[in-house]
Amino acid sequence: MSDAIRIRRLAKTYGGLLVLGGFDLTVRRGEILVLLGPSGCGKTTVLRLIAGLEVPDAGTIEVDGQAVSGPGVMVPPERRRVGMVFQEYALFPHLTVAQNIAYGLTRGTEDPSRVTELLEVVGLRGLEDRMAYELSGGQQQRVALARAMAREPLVVLLDEPFSNLDADLRQQLREEMREILQRTHTTAVFVTHDQEEALQIGDQVAVLNRGSVEQIGTPEEIYQQPRTRFIATFLGRADFLSATVTRDGLLTEIGRIAQRVPLAEGTAVDVLVRADDVALASGDGGTVISRLFKGMQNVYRVKLRSGRVVQSLQDHTVRYAIGSSVRVIVDPGHPLVCFPNGEAILAEMVPDPEPAR
Amino acid sequence: MATAVPGLGSLGRQAVERRPAAPPLVWVPALLVAGAALLPIAYLIVRAAGADEGIWLLLLSPRTFRLFINTVLLGAAVAATAILIAVPAAWLTVRTDLPGASAWRVLTVMPLVVPSYVGAFVLITVLGPTGILQAALERLWGVTRLLDIYGFFGAWFTLSLFTYPYVLLSVRAGLRGIDPAIEEASRALGQSGWTTFRRVTLPLLRPSIGAGALLVLLYVFSDFGAVSMMQFDSFTTAIYLQYQASFNRSYAAALSLVLVALTVLVVVLEGRQSRVRYHRIGSATARLPRRVHLGQWTRPALLFLAAIATVGVVMPVGVVTYWLVVGLRHGDSILVSLRPAINSITASVLSALLTVAAAMPVAVLSVRFRGRLSTAITRVSYAGYALPGIVVALSLVFFAARYVVPLYQTLALLVFGYMILFLPQALGPLRSALLQVSPAQEESARTLGRTAREVALTITVPLARSGVVAGAALVFLTTMKELPATLLLSPIGFDTLATRVWSAATEGFFSRAAVPALLLLLASSLSVGLLLSQERNRWRDE
Repeated sequence: MSDAIRIRRLAKTYGGLLVLGGFDLTVRRGEILVLLGPSGCGKTTVLRLIAGLEVPDAGTIEVDGQAVSGPGVMVPPERRRVGMVFQEYALFPHLTVAQNIAYGLTRGTEDPSRVTELLEVVGLRGLEDRMAYELSGGQQQRVALARAMAREPLVVLLDEPFSNLDADLRQQLREEMREILQRTHTTAVFVTHDQEEALQIGDQVAVLNRGSVEQIGTPEEIYQQPRTRFIATFLGRADFLSATVTRDGLLTEIGRIAQRVPLAEGTAVDVLVRADDVALASGDGGTVISRLFKGMQNVYRVKLRSGRVVQSLQDHTVRYAIGSSVRVIVDPGHPLVCFPNGEAILAEMVPDPEPAR
Repeated sequence: MATAVPGLGSLGRQAVERRPAAPPLVWVPALLVAGAALLPIAYLIVRAAGADEGIWLLLLSPRTFRLFINTVLLGAAVAATAILIAVPAAWLTVRTDLPGASAWRVLTVMPLVVPSYVGAFVLITVLGPTGILQAALERLWGVTRLLDIYGFFGAWFTLSLFTYPYVLLSVRAGLRGIDPAIEEASRALGQSGWTTFRRVTLPLLRPSIGAGALLVLLYVFSDFGAVSMMQFDSFTTAIYLQYQASFNRSYAAALSLVLVALTVLVVVLEGRQSRVRYHRIGSATARLPRRVHLGQWTRPALLFLAAIATVGVVMPVGVVTYWLVVGLRHGDSILVSLRPAINSITASVLSALLTVAAAMPVAVLSVRFRGRLSTAITRVSYAGYALPGIVVALSLVFFAARYVVPLYQTLALLVFGYMILFLPQALGPLRSALLQVSPAQEESARTLGRTAREVALTITVPLARSGVVAGAALVFLTTMKELPATLLLSPIGFDTLATRVWSAATEGFFSRAAVPALLLLLASSLSVGLLLSQERNRWRDE
């Protein structure tokens, strides 16, 4: 069976500025792929190219095994069977909810039960005759999704669909939308700049930077084994410790971390540690400089002797006074990622198969 | 920091703007329209430049200087008076516990409905020699002479009375925009209510007052009806006189250019003024301001507003009705006005159709294809806003008489003149309607399986229709009221309601002006209502 989307060597410039270059991506059937990246990294452009709203400068796009964009090929958007949910929803203000959803269905043969069915799917039964502007933001969002799914498209594209909603609703809709997409076995490409959203909603996450995919993998892989410092930093707050590779682990200013790295002994590296990797104990080596209370947890910032600051996630019952001395222990329970010093972007890491401790 | 992260620099980069090029189907007609809008002023410049040197002597003569002083003085006096009426009226109707405030809010805007020449007609028949007031006073006390209302006094009185609503509307919007917390802070800092108004509210209102006053100035400088009927010597009347006597057409062209320089100056000032805004500081939700308790001031306030409403609303309607009755009693037939009414409607329908058709490509270009050419074309198309009707008409008369004689004194040329003058009025609603159709809506329809043509028919056209209708209605109603261009450009014997009121009133056949004036008041109230509802929509959109 062919992949839902195959993109090869795609390139696009706007006014001389390269937005995408040598861009490759494969989306498997039934999977939710998230394109994650900072604004201006070209992720919306990818969606518009797939939908046929833009013409690529080079490269090919195949949807369901059929070339839709490429040398000598440019299938117009209406013949691609690709649904799209826009950031600002783009509902038609002169049509009712039902008319919006039915808009893409073939005229004359449209089946009223299809509209009802879709309203059922997105949980909006009974609102058929409302006008689009009479709906709340979350409801508009759901109508936009139902409308995009009405023609049973091969792929649904979602362009930052939650960015106009407030935090509570965003969380709720994320769960709902993931559930709807999975239940209907819909292939989806989802664009966001919110790393938390990407990790929650994606089966696969592709991190974009400067017009190409920097890493693609499951959310866990992306979070725990970032291939570049950019990705490490973009996915949640990251701290780095200077370390030297030794035969039995990594030597840092807070002691030895028992993880082996397949690098020559004596190599200087930076070790990525996140707040959940760092434990605190009584002793010295670090000074507590601030506490961020997050309800269930506290996040402490601890300054080490070298002046570096690391964060530590603690249960809300564990209290350290600001200014008190603590011992810092790195106890990740999973392989850590190292970046050899001096290397600007890419450093490969092979984790220890069974971490000591 | 040793762990500087490469790649983060791209975080701050702006998303790239997608900017498609305009198709010839859009920019070619738009360019033609812009050319048409520029024609009157371009031709006047050519004409004045080609004149012999005597023109400069005339232009620098004491006569020109007096016209300039007269026009500027009248503008200044009217603007000052309008501010003096509008600021208290706005404050009373928006910020106090005045009884019947919402009714007063409507009544105080109503004088806007009266075209200046209808207003002048009303004032002349009431206050003029042998007018209604004089007749009444003669019966009572034998008064045979009143103050002379012709000249500066009449022009100032008429224009102040019927243009102050421009300032009023602007100040009201300004008052609504002030966060009440700012005034409350002043009170909490120990200032009295009056001091707060003087030191906080009034300075905050200055941009609104300025914007409104500049609109009034533009109106006064372009006005022909009131000044001509009040026999006041201003640029517009002088240009008309030059044209009629036709002894020196180059001088008329030169005077027109000076007048245009004056109005352009006002438009530039207004553009700059409307950019001045005191931004709200902080993001706290504004509450409705507490209404000021008027107490013993209620009665004087009501008197003030009642006086304005009486002179500005009740009197015009009453006087026009009075002359209607007088005319009917003397056996005048209402049917006499049928011909001009049909002419007015014909010309206005044609004007609305042509203007909206011309505005369409410009609106599409300016909304969808931003760029240098698009901006230039849009700017030029707004020329009619700064061009007095008499100037456009004069230029077209000269132009047609010299280059396209078959068009001279035809309905086509008249409608063309209207198009240049009212293009901005059609562009406003058209552009805002098109702005509401987001490209994402059209793209979304494409991804839902519709072709570009189907999308235009099922999405773009239905969504922009309201703008087309509003623009056409606005142009129609404004054309009905237009006087100077109609006087100069109409085919011989082509009387409209506006020219009928003007000629009947200037010749003293007051009762013959009644029916056309009444019809004009009706058309005018519709257009003001439309304008106000557009304004409300704009607020809602923001």
